[in-house]
Amino acid sequence: MVGFLQQIVEGLGAGAIYASLALALVLIYRFTGIVNFAQGEMAMFATYIAWQFTAAGVPFWLALVLTLALSFVGGMLIERVVIRPVEGAPELTVVIVTVGLFIFVNAAAGWIWTFLIKDFPNPFPAGAFEAGGLHVGYSTLGILAVVGLVMGLLYLLFQHTRIGLGMRAVAANPESARLVGIRVGWTLALGWGLAATVGAVSGILVAPLLFLEPNMMGGVLIYAFAAATLGGFDSPVGAVAGGLIVGVAETLAGAYVGFVGSDLKVGVPLVIILGVLLLRPQGLFGRAVVERA
Amino acid sequence: MRVSALGCTAVTALLLLAATACGGREENGAAATATGACQGQQTTGITATGIKLGGIYPLSGPASAYGDIPKGIKAYFDYVNAEKNGIGGRKVEFVVRDDGYQPPKAVEEARRLVEQEQVFALFQTLGTPSTTATWDYTNQRKVPQVFVATGASVWGSDKAHPWTIGWQPNYISEARVYAQYLKEERPDAKVAVLYQNDDFGDDLLGGFKKAIEGSGIQVVAEQSYEVSDPSVDPQMRNLAQSDADVLLNVTTPKFGSQALAADARNTGWNPLHIVNNVAASITVLQPVGFENVQGVVSSTYYKDPNDPKWASDPEMTLYKAKMGQYAPDADPSIPYHAFGWAVASSFHKAMEAAKCPTREGLRDSMRNLQNVQVDMLLPGVTMNTGADDGFPIESMQLMEFKGERWELFGDVIDTRQEFGPVGE
Amino acid sequence: MSGSTEVTSKAASAETPGRGRAPGRAATVRWRWIVAALLLAAACYAPFQLVPFHVFQLSMVLVYAVALLGLNLLVGHAGQISLGHGAFFAVGAYTAAILLQRVELPYPLTLPVAAAVAFVLGLALGLPAMRLRGLYLALVTLAIAIFLVPLLKRFEPLTGGSMGLTLAKPAPPAWTGLAEDQWLYFLALAVAVAAFLLAHSLLRSRVGRALHAIRDNEAAAEVMGVRLSFYKTLAFAWSAMFAGAAGCVYTWVIGFVSPDSFVVTLSITLLAGLVVGGLGSFSGPILGGLFVMFVPGIAQDVNDAAPGVIFGLLIIAVMYVAPTGLAGLAGRVTRSIQKILRKE
Repeated sequence: MVGFLQQIVEGLGAGAIYASLALALVLIYRFTGIVNFAQGEMAMFATYIAWQFTAAGVPFWLALVLTLALSFVGGMLIERVVIRPVEGAPELTVVIVTVGLFIFVNAAAGWIWTFLIKDFPNPFPAGAFEAGGLHVGYSTLGILAVVGLVMGLLYLLFQHTRIGLGMRAVAANPESARLVGIRVGWTLALGWGLAATVGAVSGILVAPLLFLEPNMMGGVLIYAFAAATLGGFDSPVGAVAGGLIVGVAETLAGAYVGFVGSDLKVGVPLVIILGVLLLRPQGLFGRAVVERA
Repeated sequence: MRVSALGCTAVTALLLLAATACGGREENGAAATATGACQGQQTTGITATGIKLGGIYPLSGPASAYGDIPKGIKAYFDYVNAEKNGIGGRKVEFVVRDDGYQPPKAVEEARRLVEQEQVFALFQTLGTPSTTATWDYTNQRKVPQVFVATGASVWGSDKAHPWTIGWQPNYISEARVYAQYLKEERPDAKVAVLYQNDDFGDDLLGGFKKAIEGSGIQVVAEQSYEVSDPSVDPQMRNLAQSDADVLLNVTTPKFGSQALAADARNTGWNPLHIVNNVAASITVLQPVGFENVQGVVSSTYYKDPNDPKWASDPEMTLYKAKMGQYAPDADPSIPYHAFGWAVASSFHKAMEAAKCPTREGLRDSMRNLQNVQVDMLLPGVTMNTGADDGFPIESMQLMEFKGERWELFGDVIDTRQEFGPVGE
Repeated sequence: MSGSTEVTSKAASAETPGRGRAPGRAATVRWRWIVAALLLAAACYAPFQLVPFHVFQLSMVLVYAVALLGLNLLVGHAGQISLGHGAFFAVGAYTAAILLQRVELPYPLTLPVAAAVAFVLGLALGLPAMRLRGLYLALVTLAIAIFLVPLLKRFEPLTGGSMGLTLAKPAPPAWTGLAEDQWLYFLALAVAVAAFLLAHSLLRSRVGRALHAIRDNEAAAEVMGVRLSFYKTLAFAWSAMFAGAAGCVYTWVIGFVSPDSFVVTLSITLLAGLVVGGLGSFSGPILGGLFVMFVPGIAQDVNDAAPGVIFGLLIIAVMYVAPTGLAGLAGRVTRSIQKILRKE
């Protein structure tokens, strides 16, 4: 029994990592209605910037603040420079551009920082909390706490601020939003900036566990996609719940389903994505959208 | 109006053809052969004053941490060219190509090096997939594929590919070293194994299981991971539940760091941690924090530039001086560079020993190495091959991590003596 | 999805000069065949002029071109995105390899089987996948591409596990007098020509018109009576089939398959090649194949990381300035030259 509970704890730990990136995906989807394939790579790049700061002797918390600020500006810049020219183009075009961004950012990070792994300072204490034979790492608890905090902030932003309202209007119908006086361009840029910031938080959270190298987020991305799909691409609560469920499902399948084993558990996100899309395309927490041509 | 586009494609294609067609189909120099005692043997890529070699490494992509190896090789050859008048009067030209760890790309680059660059030999292809993809080709073309940078046992045990040979101790031999160590130190050890789900992991785990047959040691848990996995933490947790007293960590660098860190975090489980040579580089341990990896055991066969034991070693002094001179951008303390230096000087010895300065001469020489000393290898580790022994290095010495560096202990273990030849 | 797509609207506007001039159009069609014939003649002549290494490179260009042709059908003509076409490529390659190794089937027979297996698999995966909007399809296909690698390792008795399978390459029949590389090249060329003819006739049929209707406006197409999911699934299956055929030829040419040959990077590279080559155009796959084959080698001389940087930048740049890719660009250049010539 303890073994089983321990597996669930492990799953939650992994799930918290997926959830942190899924939050960034959800954020950008809410703002702009697209899925950003480069989200993980942008998070990785931001983490390298934080690493560069700490390597230069900047204290961790200051480096964190600087990195988040830079990520925000960087995200907005990317929207202005890279995404703006294809704004309003079909999804296909935008998805391809984000795939291009994915390849570019990954290679650029390798170019600048090489592919040797870097150590990243852990903001949380080492060791684990123990109760009844269960080990819960402080890192896991810390990540869960931060993810919960970010989720709460996003919820407030979406539901209780003017920006959130404008942003929902833009995502729902850019033309009408423009007509009622919302500055659509800036709202979109804001969305990218915020998503990049949340992504940076995700990268910095997971870097001490996964170790920093250009492909760090590559393995996380597909799980984050599964998490966002499961929770619903427009729901921050869903992203976190989805991430935790994906993490637990993956861990349990790897541990207890003999056929899956630890080698085939990467099939779990595929099954989840397919299952959700076929049974409940809007996800657990998402709202069904009626399509209009 | 696709016609114009098609036309343009045609023009582009024709231009490409014209540009590449110079020289025509006949390969220049492919038929170059030696005269005299070595009559009829191939002399492509080698003259009285020069020798051209080609290497294929993952300089880009996920495995590109290994891309540091050719820097050490280049520094060695530059030094030999400038100060030793090359290898037996022949200046070495070393052409490095990138395959991104993708087999089809490796095939393309191998053909480029052999057919276009007209190299004398392929000196190192890195990785089992890339080497497997190219060795049929090199053996058909009768081009030596020397000292490939992978420890798969198949390079030595295969009989159909005499032109290909490995260099580093194969994974089975390495597994034997750990088995031998455990038999002496912990004869009733319960071992948990974390391994990469590919040929490297299979070879090492399989070799280990075979080597502990008939002893009191048993493997009580094994967990594999994929290189596309974000983390090995879940696998480590599962292994911890086995309550094994030894952990055999068969991983590549990034996952090696993750596993070491996970072991350090878990204070409730403190097995003897054995990390395989591939992940034993200082660049793997440093990110984990030296205080977390004290007492970890591994094995090696060449000198670690970080070990103060070799501070006054003449070869190590030479290596550091020449790296500074010929590869000023490269950090000599990174073991991949020392690896490159060691394998390059091994090639130097093998080439010098060749009876004929021909491809056949090199092939025969690399299969007839007898107690060849290479100064960058550990004292007591020598290269030995024979007609039915295709494994140049099969001895390793154990080391333990203490303070900020590896410390060698015990004697060099010659796995050939302890276990007999590596068979299929 | 509202309104016409940018990709197509630009492509359409680029095509307008050719329309409206009826006699000119007939001449255009004639020219088109002449140019294609010339290109084919050059392709047949090339292996007798080039060194084996370049012949091999051209064979690989043809392999990629066939795979891109399939991807083009899906992305360029049906407007659906796939980030997992490397998986179908791998399925074709492995089917051929397993048939050659385990069943010892004569190699020409492996082609139809590989294509059929990929087609059926495409159909099976396409059925659920095609109920999704483009964006989700990208997610699903990406997940498939990632999942394939451990799956191939799992069934070791069949697939050779992580060591892969090494195979003898098809030997040239004695009567041809060809060298091995030339023979492989002609095999690849034959498959490529057949694939192009097939795709050509496919797109001129009902299917092609239905696909274009879907790409330009799904809702409108549905209203007009196009069965969306049917045609989308069919497009997915066809494109998987082309990728499978390409994978089969790949096995012939390389003679080795392993899980490491078909990682996600391959799928992304294929998409990049197609986008740069030109979405929705006929010469796009060829140009894309040339791009995938030659650009990394050239870029490597700049910096080791340069191929990725250049790939990424080019994809983005192409989507901005030339959504029709190199093919569209080439078309524009020739047109402006024609204009200048006509003025004189």
